[in-house]
Formats: sequence, structure tokens, C-alpha cells
Amino acid sequence: MAIEKPDVLFKNISHRPPQGDWMDVQSKIKPGRYCYAGDPEALEYVGLPNPRKWNPLDDDWKLPENWQEIVIGGLKERLDRFRSFKIFMDVCVRCGACADKCHFFIGSGDPKNMPVLRAELLRSIYRGEITKAGKILGRFAGGRKLTEEVLKEIWYYYYQCTECRRCSVFCPYGIDQAEITIIGRELLNLIGLNIDWIAKPVANCYRTGNHLGIQPHAFKDMIDFFCDDIEEVCGIRPEPTFNKVGADILFVTPSGDVFADPGTYTCMGYLMLFHYLKEEYGLDVTWSTYASEGGNFGFFTSHEMMKRLNAKMYMEAKRLGVKWILGGECGHMWRVIHQYMDTMNGPADFLETPVSPITGTKFQSAASTKMVHIVEFTADLIKNGKLNLDKSRNANIKATFHDSCNTSRGMGFFEEPRYIIKNVLDNFYEMPEGTTKEQTFCCGGGSGLNAGENEEIRMMGGLPRANAVKFVHDRHDVNMLSCICAIDRATLTQSVNYWVPGVEVCGLHELVGNALVLPGESERETDLRAEPLPGKEEE
Amino acid sequence: MKAIYSMFLVFALILLAMIGAGAMGMEYLFGVIIPYLAVVVFIVGFAAKVVGWGKAAVPFNITTTCGQGKSLPWIKENKIENPSSTGGVIARMFFEIFLFRSLFRNSKVELHDGQRVAYSSSKWLWLFAILFHYTFLVIFLRHMRFFTEPVPFPFEMLDKMDSMLQIGAPALYLSSVVAIAALSYLLLRRLFVPSVRYISQPADYFPLFLILSVLVSGIMMRYFVKTDIMAVKELTMGLVTFRPVVPEGVGSIFYVHLFLVSVLLFYFPMSKLMHMGGVFLSPTRNMPANTREVRHVNPWNYPVKVHTYEAYEDEFREKMVEADLPVVKPLEETVENAENKE
Ligand code: SF4
Ligand code: SF4
Repeated sequence: MAIEKPDVLFKNISHRPPQGDWMDVQSKIKPGRYCYAGDPEALEYVGLPNPRKWNPLDDDWKLPENWQEIVIGGLKERLDRFRSFKIFMDVCVRCGACADKCHFFIGSGDPKNMPVLRAELLRSIYRGEITKAGKILGRFAGGRKLTEEVLKEIWYYYYQCTECRRCSVFCPYGIDQAEITIIGRELLNLIGLNIDWIAKPVANCYRTGNHLGIQPHAFKDMIDFFCDDIEEVCGIRPEPTFNKVGADILFVTPSGDVFADPGTYTCMGYLMLFHYLKEEYGLDVTWSTYASEGGNFGFFTSHEMMKRLNAKMYMEAKRLGVKWILGGECGHMWRVIHQYMDTMNGPADFLETPVSPITGTKFQSAASTKMVHIVEFTADLIKNGKLNLDKSRNANIKATFHDSCNTSRGMGFFEEPRYIIKNVLDNFYEMPEGTTKEQTFCCGGGSGLNAGENEEIRMMGGLPRANAVKFVHDRHDVNMLSCICAIDRATLTQSVNYWVPGVEVCGLHELVGNALVLPGESERETDLRAEPLPGKEEE
Repeated sequence: MKAIYSMFLVFALILLAMIGAGAMGMEYLFGVIIPYLAVVVFIVGFAAKVVGWGKAAVPFNITTTCGQGKSLPWIKENKIENPSSTGGVIARMFFEIFLFRSLFRNSKVELHDGQRVAYSSSKWLWLFAILFHYTFLVIFLRHMRFFTEPVPFPFEMLDKMDSMLQIGAPALYLSSVVAIAALSYLLLRRLFVPSVRYISQPADYFPLFLILSVLVSGIMMRYFVKTDIMAVKELTMGLVTFRPVVPEGVGSIFYVHLFLVSVLLFYFPMSKLMHMGGVFLSPTRNMPANTREVRHVNPWNYPVKVHTYEAYEDEFREKMVEADLPVVKPLEETVENAENKE
């Protein structure tokens, strides 16, 4: 489906809600705003309920007979299991502070994309089916019954939330719609309501170790391919190892880096860095084909599925006998590692508290998970003067930095990436206040919503981010949007191209790879994208 | 419509008290029984709710981080907005509860021609919310002089300060004026800001009208429909000393006031007003963001089915060997095993 031109799309956004009560406005599922249903084969592979072929546009969603019972039972169970959820169901005062904080609302104007209403979709069921007041007073107490229509609406809007947590920053009670969406999706999954863009990666990841279903030999081939490219650029071929027992460090990155441009250039950056560290300091890093995915689409399915997929990291680290784990540039991967992994699959007492063997820095803040973010790892190397960097190779780049939702609001990872950027290039410009750090805007495709068929809502959701990029593009000629997330690299490439043509997207380690002077390298003519370096352009 | 329903409901309550305690002479019911019941329902209901929340598990540490986290020693961490220690959490909660920190961040988005999205700071909601809450607290505290004999000094002081301006006789309470102004703002905002109106429920209008009517009836009693203060105090003191009396000449306006307060107490535990308790317990705010450093334990963590390396290698061994990837079990061995089985 073709989507409108940006100016038309923009003009049509209206933040004025319709007349009447939202409970009476029936939601119509619009093409361009929803993702295709999960493939039954994928569901079967990992044992998710109710695998079948179904189409969200059909009237019949082929639900199990007792679906209401399952959903309400699941809801009750989760009220006991998650204090967060219980409190978020009870205390919202509908002050509306969160209303215009969601990128999907800003870009679509659809009132049910206001975080508070997204929550009310489920909260009205909680009141109408579970609380006494709601059962007796019904609509007057804001309660509704769980009908098929209501269920469809929840499915539609809970797959229009990227679990970015921006709303939660502004809520006076810290109500986090991401948490409600996570639990909402968990409920939907109980009766087989999901989307294929999540279900398939989950099944793939479970089987082959990564979302794309790349099998071990192909995974190695792809990395070999990058090594060839690197050789072409600088005359040196990194020699990465795979599944190596007894290596110092296990490296895990999202498979998007191995598969999709421009993530691939970031991947080349990692390879060059590891090669450099091996040559100069003898560091032994290994890649795993079994745990070849940092991302975790289980997180977008259920807590249980998240745990099942995440388990591989520790299991592999244990099997290989490494000291600790290093993680690549990714958003939700880090939310999972930061806030869930240790609790779910820990304690990782078979690993050591991470210490950089090169600088001697002890990563105390990762003392329990035993997993270090490559950006903090590299920042520490730079700070200690361990890398030979030539900034001039990035002189054509005028960069800004996009804070990923998950590393921002689920971690507070702000200065580390900026420190690296400022050390690998000179032209760095921040986007306007209110759109960065903890208030950063989602790329529009997080939490498994980066499918092709929902392009319209993705561009709408991408507007606030892209618009801030436009600001620095217009003002400072910024031509590169750097970020530390694989989904960002894929999604932003499209949305920036749509809203602000002329700006490209890159990962941080691509910039590091460009600047890093490898021992014995030949003079470079191009950067990792095979674009001529500054001063090497042909006349 | 929702607003009108809620308003009528409050009117009906007022009428009920006027008829009941006034015309039908059920002073004892309205002056003693209902208030006692209300207090019991409030305390039991409030406690039950909080205990219910407390009983729910906190499986994961899901702090929303709003500042630089603890990381390398040379990176300055934001100890309050992203607290890594208990002290930091206490500071964060203090700002949250007493200064409405998160609401203070509020901004407003606007779309402008030329494809421009603009954000501007918007602090009115914060200002009026905080004004309302604090003045309401002052009003509550200054009512303590009806429940104490002799009245302790702090309550006396509060009373004096609140009526400092010395306008009118009896002197006008500042807190009442500000509380009514703030509530009016919150109400008008709900009625006239389209998006807020769209999300509003009867449960949002009802408490606004109810509290407004509590305030107005209180003011009426003081300035317009004079009530015998000594008689009122006799009644309130009777209540707190558990020797309830219903003196003569209290006037039905007082019963209206008391009844509305009782309704507020009844309503409180089952309503969104419980945010008063919830704000302390919200896991995105009251947990330290030290998840990588200190392991958080999930009380209901259970084992799950995973895809082991062994199963993975079994599936892909041939391809792995072909691609020169190390394997644990060599290829021949498995072939032999397979043959032996046959
Ligand atoms: S900011 Fe919080 S309390 Fe206010 S409407 Fe949103 S979720 Fe509810
Ligand atoms: S978590 Fe993000 S996408 Fe979801 S409602 Fe909140 S702001 Fe919107």
C-alpha cells in the first residue's frame, strides 16, 4: 500500500478527538496500521497457544471457545504477579499529562494512541469484569464487558505501542504503558493473537539462535564476507573466532547487525575493533552461532518467552567458559539484559565481574549481570588512550545522536555514546531539548513493529524523531543520524528518508571503525560504506 | 453529559442530607452513625487496597531511568533521577511525592506549518495540582482544632497563618480560596481541553464536584448560614472521644458538610483517589536502578523450556563441520551412534 507524501500526511494530522464517548467509537482496523497475524508454524514451533491462519481484517478471528475465560483468568493472575500492573490499573487519575507524549499520538492524532486511553482499553475490562464497583455500576464506573469488539480494539492498539516508556517519564505515578502493553500482549498471546513480525523471529531465534533464522554456517559466511570488505578498505583481514571454548569474552549482538544495512557497517566496526585489540593487546573475543542474537522478540510476546530466548546467553557463556559477556549496540536487548536477564536466568556465578583486560577497569555497575555494553567498553578504552583514532576520516560527517528508548529510559545510558562520538568526529550537534535523553522519541518501529505492512503508522510514529533530526539538518547541515540500536538503524533509515531526505543512519561502531587506525593497515581511500574519504574524492 | 451526571449526583447527596438531617430530623444518623461508618470504611478500605498492592509480587526491577545511570567512574551519574542507592530512591520519591517532579516535566506539543513539531513547557497542570493538594492538606490540618481540646499550638498557628490576610469577619481562609480556584481550574480544564475531556470519566468529575461541594458547604457555614460553632465542636469532640452527642442548634448546613465529607471517605478507597497510596508504591519510581549490579529476585521465577546447545548442534552438526565451526561431538561419532541404534 502506497503511503501519502509527507506534506499531505503531516497536514492531515489532527489532535482534536471526535465528539462523543470513546467507548462508543468503534475502531476500524486500517491497513497500513496493523501487522499481519502470526504464522501458525512459528507458533507451533515454540508451543504458543492457538496456532491457526487468521486475518485481522476478517470478522472471525478463530478464537478458542472459552477465550473470555482465558483472558480474564490471565488478567487476574497477572494482577497478583505484577504489582506494577495492579497499581497501574488502579491509580491513573486521567490527568492527561501523558496524552501528547506518545509519538504515535503526535503523528497519527488517533486519540486511542494517547497512552492513557491505550491503558483505559484494558483498564475498562479490569473494572467491568473484575472490580466490584465496575461490575455493579458498569459504564458509570468506567467499566466495560470483554466483547469480541473490545478484544479486537485492544489487539489493534497494543500493537501500535512500541513499549518505549516515554509516557512513563511524565506520569506523576510513573504509570508505564510499556509495562501495560507487555502484559496486554501476554494476555493476547494466551489466545493466539499476535503478529507475524514477532512470532517468526521468536521461532527462528529459538531454533537457530537468531531472528533471521540464519543457520550456523551462513552466519559465519556473512561475517567472513564483512572481513573481505574490511580487507578491501584497509588491507587487513580480521580473523574472528566462533564458538571458541576458553575465549576471554563472548560477544553477542543483534542479528540485524549481521544482516541488514546499515547495521552491517556497525558489525564491521566491531570486527575491526576486536582485531585491533587482539593484535595490540591479545584480547580473545569469540562470537557464538548458537547465541547469535542479542535482540529478544520474546520480550514482545511474554515474560516466559523472553526468558526462554534470553537463557542462551548465559548457557553459552557457561559452556564456552568465558570470563564475561560483551553486548553489541541494541535497544531492547539492553532493556532485557539490564532489567530482566539476571533476575530470570541468573545468578551468573560462573562468570567473573567484568574487568577490561586492557585498561584494568572494573565494570562495577555490571557486577551481577557480568555483561558489559560495547559502548561503555570502547568509551573506557578511549578514555585510557588505548585506541589509535583518526578523526579526520569522519570529517565529511556531521552527526547527531538518537538516544534509543530502551537504553535511555531503561538504563540511563547517555554520556557513554556521546563520549565516543566526540572522540571519533568533530562535527556533532544535539537535537533540541525535549527530544533527547530520557525524553527521546522512539524510532516508530520498536517492540517488533518494524514490518512492511504497517508502514503508515510507522511513518506517523517516526515523525517526532525525524522532525527533530530535520531541525539539526536544516540548521547545521547534519547528514548522519547515529544511534546504538539495530531496530533504529533499520527503522530510522526509512522514516528519516521519508521525512528528512539527505540524512543517513549509522551505528556508533561504524564511526569507530572508520576512525580506528589498525596496525599495519594500508592507506584508506574509502570509508566502510565504500564512499571516498575526505580529500580522496575524485576530481 | 458525564460531568452533568456527576454534578447531579452531588446535588442529590446534598439534598439527601438536607432532608434527612433537616426536615426528617435524623441528626443522629447524619451526625454520628454515617460519619463513624465512613471513617471505618475509609480506614479498612484504604488499608485493604494498600495491602492488596503490597501482596502483589514485584518480579522485576523496572525503574524508569530519567537521568544518567551509574557507569564508569568518570561519568557523572544522576543520583536522583536514576538512583543507584536507597538514598537516591528516597530523594527521588521525595521530589515525586512532595513536589510532583514528573508532572513538572510536562510539555505541550504543537504542529506548525512547514512540517514543524514544537514542544513548549506547560506547567499549569503542575501548578494547580500542587496548589490544590497543599491547600487541601492545610484545610485538613486546620480542622484538627475541632477534634482536639485544648487545641495544640501548631494547629492554632496554622489557623492564624491561614487567615493572615484578615479580610472579612470571620477572617477569610487563604487555603479555601486557593483550593477552590485550583479545583475550578482542574474542572474547567477537564471540560474544555478537548483531549482531556475525551479521556474523562464520571469517576473524574464526581470527586471534583464532591470536593468542591465540601469546600463550598464549609465556607457557607462560616460566612453565610451561621452555625453555632460551640455546638459543632461539642459534636465533633463527642465523636473523637467516643461519647457521641447531638447538640441542639447545629443547623442542617453542617450536616450537609459532614455528610459530603463522609461520602468522600466512603468513596475514596474504591476510586482513583487511591493514587494517594499508590504514588508510594509505583515500581517504576521506588526501586533503585542498580539492576546490573545487584540481582533482583523474582518470587515466582519458574524454569522454562529452552533450546539447548546440544539440541542445536544435533540439528546443525553437519553444516557446522562443513563450515569449519567447532563441534562438541564429532560427525563420525554421531553417524556411528545412529548406525548402532538401527
Ligand atoms: S499521566 Fe499518568 S495519571 Fe495522568 S493520565 Fe497519564 S497515566 Fe494517567
Ligand atoms: S510506551 Fe511509548 S508507544 Fe507505548 S503508549 Fe507510551 S509513549 Fe506510546
